[in-house]
Amino acid sequence: MVAPAAAALRVVRCGGSSLHGARAVFSADSYLLCASGDFVKMYSVATEETLRVMGGHAGPVTGVQLNPHNHMQLYSSSLDGTIKLWDFMDGIPIKTFTVGSKLLALYALASFEDSVFVVIPKSGERDTFQLVSVKLTKAAGQDVEAKELSVVLDGVDASPKYIAFGREGEYVASVKEVNLQVYFFKQKQLNRFSVSAVKTKSGNNQFTCIACHPTEDCIATGHADGKIRVWRNFCHKKEYTYSTLHWHHDTVMDLAFSVEGTSLLSGGVESVLVLWHNESDCQKDFLPRLGSPIEYISMASDGTLCCTLHTDNRITIINSNLRFAKSIQGLIKSADVKTGLVVDPRTKALVLNGEPGHLQFYCLQSDQQLFSLDIVQRQYIHQAGLNQADLVKVAFSAQGKWLATVEEREEVTDPELQLKLWFYDEETQSFKLNTRINMPHEDHITDMCFRDMDELEDDSLILVTTGRDCVFKVWVMVEDTDPEAQQSVSWSCDFVGSYHNYQATNCCFSEDGSLLAVSFEETLTVWDSVTWDLKCTFCHPPGKIRNICFGRLTCSKYLIGATDDGFLCCWNLLSCALEWSAHLNVLVLQPDPLSEHIAAVSWLSKESSLFVFKPNEPRPIYIQRNLCREKIQLAAFVPRDEPETIGTEKYLWLRRSQLFFLTDTQELMTLSTKSLQERLTPSSKQLAVEESLPVTPFSLLLGKHRRQQSQEDTDLGKLFVRSKCEQDSPAVKELLHTPAHVLPSASFLCPIFINSLLISKENKRAEEVADEVEMESEKTEDDSDEERDVTEMEQEDTSPLELLGETTCKLSKSQEKELRKIRKMDYSWISAF
Amino acid sequence: QVIPGNEARSVEALCWAAGERLFGAGLGGEIAEYDLSRLCVARSVDGGGGPIWSMAANSSGSQLAIGCEDGSVKLFQVVPGGIQFERNLDRRKGRILCLSWHPSDTHIAAGSIDIVRVFDVSSGQTVQSIMVNYHMHKVKRECIVWSIAFLSSGTVVTSDSFGRVQFWEWERGTLQESHTVSTSAVLSLSVSEKEDSIIVGTSTGATYQFQLLPVKIGSLEKRWVRTKPFQHHTHDVRAVAHSSTALISGGLDAQLVIRPLMEKMQKKGYEAALRKFTFPHRRLVSCARKARLLLFQFSQHLELWRLGSTDETGKDGEVLPLCRMPEHLVQLKSKGPEHIYCSCVSPCGGWVAYSTASRFHLYRLQYKGDSVSVKKVPKVPKLLLPAYQLQFSADSDSLFIASARGSVHVLQLLEPGGCKHLHTFRPPSGCPEAVYLLAVSTDGNWMAAVSGDWAIHIYNLKCFKHHCTVPTYNCAVTALAIHPVTNNLVIAYSDQQLFEFSIPKKQYTAWSRMVQNSGLHKTWLERDSPITHITFNPKNPSHILLHDIYMFCVLDKSLPLPDNSALLMNQSTLKQLPETARQRQLHAFKICKKFQPLLFADLLDENCLVMVERPIMDFKTQLPLPIQQKKFGT
Repeated sequence: MVAPAAAALRVVRCGGSSLHGARAVFSADSYLLCASGDFVKMYSVATEETLRVMGGHAGPVTGVQLNPHNHMQLYSSSLDGTIKLWDFMDGIPIKTFTVGSKLLALYALASFEDSVFVVIPKSGERDTFQLVSVKLTKAAGQDVEAKELSVVLDGVDASPKYIAFGREGEYVASVKEVNLQVYFFKQKQLNRFSVSAVKTKSGNNQFTCIACHPTEDCIATGHADGKIRVWRNFCHKKEYTYSTLHWHHDTVMDLAFSVEGTSLLSGGVESVLVLWHNESDCQKDFLPRLGSPIEYISMASDGTLCCTLHTDNRITIINSNLRFAKSIQGLIKSADVKTGLVVDPRTKALVLNGEPGHLQFYCLQSDQQLFSLDIVQRQYIHQAGLNQADLVKVAFSAQGKWLATVEEREEVTDPELQLKLWFYDEETQSFKLNTRINMPHEDHITDMCFRDMDELEDDSLILVTTGRDCVFKVWVMVEDTDPEAQQSVSWSCDFVGSYHNYQATNCCFSEDGSLLAVSFEETLTVWDSVTWDLKCTFCHPPGKIRNICFGRLTCSKYLIGATDDGFLCCWNLLSCALEWSAHLNVLVLQPDPLSEHIAAVSWLSKESSLFVFKPNEPRPIYIQRNLCREKIQLAAFVPRDEPETIGTEKYLWLRRSQLFFLTDTQELMTLSTKSLQERLTPSSKQLAVEESLPVTPFSLLLGKHRRQQSQEDTDLGKLFVRSKCEQDSPAVKELLHTPAHVLPSASFLCPIFINSLLISKENKRAEEVADEVEMESEKTEDDSDEERDVTEMEQEDTSPLELLGETTCKLSKSQEKELRKIRKMDYSWISAF
Repeated sequence: QVIPGNEARSVEALCWAAGERLFGAGLGGEIAEYDLSRLCVARSVDGGGGPIWSMAANSSGSQLAIGCEDGSVKLFQVVPGGIQFERNLDRRKGRILCLSWHPSDTHIAAGSIDIVRVFDVSSGQTVQSIMVNYHMHKVKRECIVWSIAFLSSGTVVTSDSFGRVQFWEWERGTLQESHTVSTSAVLSLSVSEKEDSIIVGTSTGATYQFQLLPVKIGSLEKRWVRTKPFQHHTHDVRAVAHSSTALISGGLDAQLVIRPLMEKMQKKGYEAALRKFTFPHRRLVSCARKARLLLFQFSQHLELWRLGSTDETGKDGEVLPLCRMPEHLVQLKSKGPEHIYCSCVSPCGGWVAYSTASRFHLYRLQYKGDSVSVKKVPKVPKLLLPAYQLQFSADSDSLFIASARGSVHVLQLLEPGGCKHLHTFRPPSGCPEAVYLLAVSTDGNWMAAVSGDWAIHIYNLKCFKHHCTVPTYNCAVTALAIHPVTNNLVIAYSDQQLFEFSIPKKQYTAWSRMVQNSGLHKTWLERDSPITHITFNPKNPSHILLHDIYMFCVLDKSLPLPDNSALLMNQSTLKQLPETARQRQLHAFKICKKFQPLLFADLLDENCLVMVERPIMDFKTQLPLPIQQKKFGT
């Protein structure tokens, strides 16, 4: 990830990479682990937070499996040909097994002591894959070669959904196209079955996924025509039988049996999770409206939870009674980001296409979706070939008070367009539809912008839209004369401008709002925003203009334009002359709203390069070649909350705002000046390794009991009283209120902690504070009160033992005993009465 | 073969007992035994318990149990020449809708409304009652047990109106498994011989198979699993049967479906194909060639129509305008509850004859302009009834009546409306079975008769004597006809074989031998429906016109037979091929498959062919509405 040229400035992925490389895995203590691009992400099921990102693979992760012999460990496989064994609680890679060829899927079984199963491409043949078992050697050392492969099944398909292992690893079943093959390990028997390959009008018969019953000899397969077949008796070549369950109207994307095998879950593009009881066609339950097509379904090993991974990178966690529990959504992947990256001035969130017809507000700091605004407000129907209205343009006014959106439905003859203006309602804290304009332009709208004038009154707000129907339109707010109208203002068209019947492609207001630049194919026109007179035109043939922007602050007299045949031009508005031009194939031109810097991203010979320049000097102040492998589609400057201190002059442009960019695989990246260590610390936070087993009623009972006891102790023992008041000190408070996953690792804290112990021997008091803080921070994992109490108790038990002198410890114990005696005596005395 | 029905007797239950004896019982309250050779009710006994809903024979076939409207289960002893009432079992309220014997004949399970009872046969006492409706619904809705089966393991399988198939342990009355297969009622149920498979039929027209499968490999624990659903019917599946290799179902939509079980089949082929029967394999239409009349036979009446005609000519595929509309001339209603068994119109159109199980009617029709007068012919000779097939001679002056015991009666028709019994043909060796097909040569010299034992006898009509017997073939004859020129008898068998037998020479013709040697085309042999009618083109003696329900075929004897590699193509697809390819495809079978179910085809004169189609939708609309089901995407 580190760019070779600049050692200090690094490209950092901050979200959005595809979550659906493999089925997610629930750990025993309710963490959720799933593959995300090159990383394995760990989420907390309880809080939906991303707790850890485990990186180390050089290619996309294709399989995540818990180590069946140690539930604290995790295997992950990747296209880079390695299997890594992780301690996911600490985020430490324990071992790396190098297999060599690409690994496309990973399966780990309890019944196979020291081997796992992977799908690899067959050597020498294209598009054929085989399932092999890999013996994981117990050799010491971090990096181990695992070359001991033995082929189990030939001619399997690449996706992890196409292979499933039966009960207790007795057999393995694999599907490909219309064939199902089952291999019994003990009998060494391979049975093949196939369904008819005829494509009927209801769709084709091909297998799309497979799941095996956990306790019985029963296989469920999903098909492209939406049917689920439940196979039985497949140990016989001829007398096999299957029954069919049919609800889905399109491809069944994934299947999962419940832990006992009594019910079957299925999901598909309908975004409905179907629960089939007892393999019966008539008894089924639905969880509808999950938002987007279901890609994977996985069950927790205790059966209390299941989760669905969706094609738009959302994870939905569902209770065992088929109730929606939680949703982990980072950057929602939409089919096409047509709106571009827009920053909401109010929340500083990144705004772009989310679910179909929705606008997502994505919080960059927490990698979470803030909310999703339904713009189109129509039911989205998941069906191929259906033209549905989608959001194409979005613009915010300067303070985020107004939001303009354009939606269109692609029709062959004439597009259906709607311009909507939304008003931010302070009471409901959301956007409210103010004006809807049908067919604002005759043809597609190409660009839209508000006049950014912070200091001006609300009624001077102007919206400009440009369309392919060769005009640009100016929309203004007018007082609503209709007394029955609920709102006082609405929007209407004020001015229509055109230039030589060229298509209007871009528009941009100058910083002070006095000038409007509109590009008409090859020509750039500048208009007075008060009188709507054409002031001047610029032309720099050849090439149509792709992007335009005005310079800011000291450079506001410049106008920058990028053409689609690879020129970047800068015009001086005072002299109306070309100031400079450069040969650069600019894809993205993004001005920083808080400084005069402009970022341009170019796409040349399969790599994206970043150029940052000021309009007043033709020499870029910063160049980074080979920014990333993927094509960068969009970029945005997001203002920082407080300016960062940046040492080098070179990166001064990053001081006030941060540059984010989105690749065509919809991965969100940013540039960071921090070193690797610094950046990683918050992510590789130390997690408290508590009892890693799920909370049982017994443990709760025990915990309660112990808590009571400890409280008694604090009430009685004077020695323990101090711990209460110490918690009020600001240092403790800060540490307590910091989420657990933000805290640095134990190894990081340890030296400080020991140092502090060594130095201040005389000031016991202060040192104890520090100690307790450290302990606390290590132990507090959840914010739930009960657990906090438990940790407190533990800390109190251990801290005197470890940290204080033995004398105090003994003292306290003897005191305690004494007090207990007193209390017992008291009781008997009272009972005597 | 068809046993003609009776409006007053609906058949609710059928069973085979004591070997090859068929018993039927119905809402008329009678148990009838059928005479399979004479195709009529041999004798009937009143059940004495009101309408009979169910009947079952025990495994040895020596006893019949019936379930009656009044809630009684009665046992009958099957004795030679009839059945004898034996005893009543414990009677409770509520009609007994279904019955099943335990394979050891010691117990009977009976399904009623909301309850299943198990009777001890020897004591006649109710030994177990199982409430089927228990804890099912808050709202009281009665649960009708439509069908029941008693397995040798002591499991009672019930199917009920809630769409459930349930497995009960009868001794304790506990529910072992319950499968809801449908939202509507499960009407019928049948168990395979080995008791490892069950088929159920529902009122939505779907049938489901249940199989007893091991839960794990090698473990003894077995469970009933619903496996294959089949949707072949549109209406209620009223009856199902489970043979060792196939599932057979029949329902209200008048279809019989045989669905073979693929895993029991050794190879793919004719045996392993799904087969559907919609129409009886009988001729229900007769045609008066000269008068251009068609007589349609319905279960209770006959309709006589005059064909329309046209003056215009046109190309293939065109519909020509009619200059005379087809005309409905007469509708003859049969009296009494019995169904019409066979009917015929004479070639001149002046005579119509029909027969029911007990009566034979002959009518004289006279046409004066547009009006038709119908006169019943008096004094029809008392003959051995019923008549199984009627056939007029080509010159319309005699009528041949196929009758029981292989006999054929000849009636001479006299003007103006009388008749006289001329002769009765009997096979020389005698025959217990009735004659069911007749063919008369155009010149009036020969007659061929097929009896139920599939022997074809040829009689000389001039000297009223038995001419010869066609070598017997081990398949049923489905159609036969005598060639007007060569007097060759063409025979179609139910296994789709075709034979040509020269009557004068008393042997198979050379063409027939050639066909047998080279074999017929595979696709031809694998057709579902048998040839129901054969006719000839007098202009071109080498043409034989055949048809079954789905296709019409002109067999040209002068052309070579197709070998198995050649495609037996439809004429309409053949027409799209270029001329050279068509030349290459030239062979004896010219098939046209564009018909909706084709009931009848006959050549009126040299260039006029009459076809009678019966679109399936026609009678589907007359059926009661099927259960409404939401179909996705409609």
